Amino acid sequence: MIKLNNIHKSYVMGNSKLHVLKGINLDIEQGEFVSIMGSSGSGKSTLLNILGMLDNHDQGSYYLNNQQIKNMSEKKAAQLRNELVGFVFQSFNLISFKNAMENVALPLYYKGVKRKKRNIIAMEYLDKLGLKDWAEHMPNEMSGGQKQRIAIARALISKPKLILADEPTGALDTTTSYEVMEILKEINNDGITVILVTHEHDIASMTKKIIRLKDGQIHEIIRNGDLTNFREAYTKELETI
Amino acid sequence: MIERFNEILSALKKNKLRSFLTAFGVFWGIFMLIIMAGAGKGLETGITDGVGKIAVNSFFMWTQRTSKPYEGFRRGRNWDFNNEDIEYIRNHIPEVKTVAPRLFGSWLSGNNTIRGDRSGSFNIKGDYPEWANIDPAEFPKGRWLNEIDIKQRRKVCVVGEKVVDEMFSKDEEPLGEYLKIGGVFYQIVGVIHPVSNMNMNGKTDESIFLPFTTMQIAYNYGNDVHMMGITAAEGLSASAVEEKVISAIKKRHKIAPDDVQAVGHINIEKQFKQFATLFGGISILTWIVGIGTLLAGVIGVSNIMLVIVKERTQEIGIMRAIGATPRVIIAQIISESVFLTTIAGYFGLFFGIFLLELANKGLESAAENGADIFIKNPEINLTVAVSCLLILIISGAFAGYIPARRAIQIKPIDALRTEN
Repeated sequence: MIKLNNIHKSYVMGNSKLHVLKGINLDIEQGEFVSIMGSSGSGKSTLLNILGMLDNHDQGSYYLNNQQIKNMSEKKAAQLRNELVGFVFQSFNLISFKNAMENVALPLYYKGVKRKKRNIIAMEYLDKLGLKDWAEHMPNEMSGGQKQRIAIARALISKPKLILADEPTGALDTTTSYEVMEILKEINNDGITVILVTHEHDIASMTKKIIRLKDGQIHEIIRNGDLTNFREAYTKELETI
Repeated sequence: MIERFNEILSALKKNKLRSFLTAFGVFWGIFMLIIMAGAGKGLETGITDGVGKIAVNSFFMWTQRTSKPYEGFRRGRNWDFNNEDIEYIRNHIPEVKTVAPRLFGSWLSGNNTIRGDRSGSFNIKGDYPEWANIDPAEFPKGRWLNEIDIKQRRKVCVVGEKVVDEMFSKDEEPLGEYLKIGGVFYQIVGVIHPVSNMNMNGKTDESIFLPFTTMQIAYNYGNDVHMMGITAAEGLSASAVEEKVISAIKKRHKIAPDDVQAVGHINIEKQFKQFATLFGGISILTWIVGIGTLLAGVIGVSNIMLVIVKERTQEIGIMRAIGATPRVIIAQIISESVFLTTIAGYFGLFFGIFLLELANKGLESAAENGADIFIKNPEINLTVAVSCLLILIISGAFAGYIPARRAIQIKPIDALRTEN
């Protein structure tokens, strides 16, 4: 599904150059549930943006769905994003002047689906996420958890193979965070690859694979089996504080 | 198409004030253009209509005191044209098509006209039938003076409409009645209604026209002639003929050839040329100012679109993250801009034309009440209006394109990160 080979990325800021990703090698299979962790500045968001073709890499090769992503025209990238990827953001990024249903239906508009049809589909997805009654509400009338569920519905509506979530629970309280994670888990159970960025251990521990970044490189990968250990280590960390 | 339209409409509807402000600049631009072009056109129609029916290749001349001594005569001499001059011009200057001499009864001041117990003060003019060829008029009742009136020196007259109003009560029929003018009775044979509003020695409405020959005899004018209206032969310029006639007249009356004061004259052809230049100037000015205003409106739209795009950078980032291609985004922004400018332009056009129509109605009723109005039918033709709208649509597209280009040059991720 995803194959990263020696990915480098740096940002030019004025005179100085900030080397964010220093050679990332990573394989993610179809259907995995992965979290990317790391302290701020470790490059986790940058990595996710590159995966989602929102940003381009400087060096190395990136294969998504057996297709190399390199020097891609913005048109092609937009189409690929529309087909393959669904995004969930920390700040939800709903369009403020559209109601819940319209927000969810938007990706289908870019696919050229007729208004009536896409609204029906949008209602199905809202129903799935338990927000049917909120279809006509504007984003500013909803709670954070509801907004994030709208965003997830929007990410799902184009039937993507990959969901990329940048700190999806970052702006939510613990209970809502867990609800959102439950939803992501269900999505993953349907066979969709889910990759999320988080700095919260409890959130990360709900995924099946944790990639820890440190200074732009992969520090360690904690697999399914080791998660129990990870949980224990995390608890210990809490105790020492 | 409908899909896109809905999308545009919802985006604009959710940002009412912004959309309104954007539209207002364009509205104002086209509104001003229409009003100014219409007013310019109205002025032109008003003035050309006023002189419109007067023979274009004609001129008028009259006598004034000489300003130079010549052949033993002192300067400041009073003189008049005479009947022989008319014969001379008719026979010796083939470039002249018609000569219409005229007498003014300037001595007849005060209440010069009497009918029963009514009396009035009017301009008395002695004319040849040819005068009507130079300054055409309508005759709602009766007729104009004719050859027989001239030959037989008949005591008949043609009167203006104001004369009828003052000398007759409403239900009286003026034709066939008599007026006593300067002690002589004349029978009314016609009522004159002017077509132009160019007046020689008093308004036509307030004038009484006598046969030229009758007037010469009745009031002791001898063979004096006060004024001549002359038209040039077909295809000749009035200016050239004017020069020739005036120099011949000067020679006959022993006036210095370089005396510019002795013969007063006005050349209709020259007047027309001046009007043409004036209207050309007015319309150029109108267009420069109008297009300037319009351009300012369009730049305003572009400017506001730029702000809008900046304001909506994050929204655009979201759209791109969920799969909007650059083309879709550009199309969206341009259509919003075109939609706004077109709607605003249409309203500007509509209200501009509406106001012109209103002004037209007002002017017409004012004209019917007898006001002196030099603006008539302020209007703008359809071609101009439609091309204005077309220019607007095109400039709307341009106004949207630059901000749209800026919008997609930002990387999606940077767009997403933009804080509002």
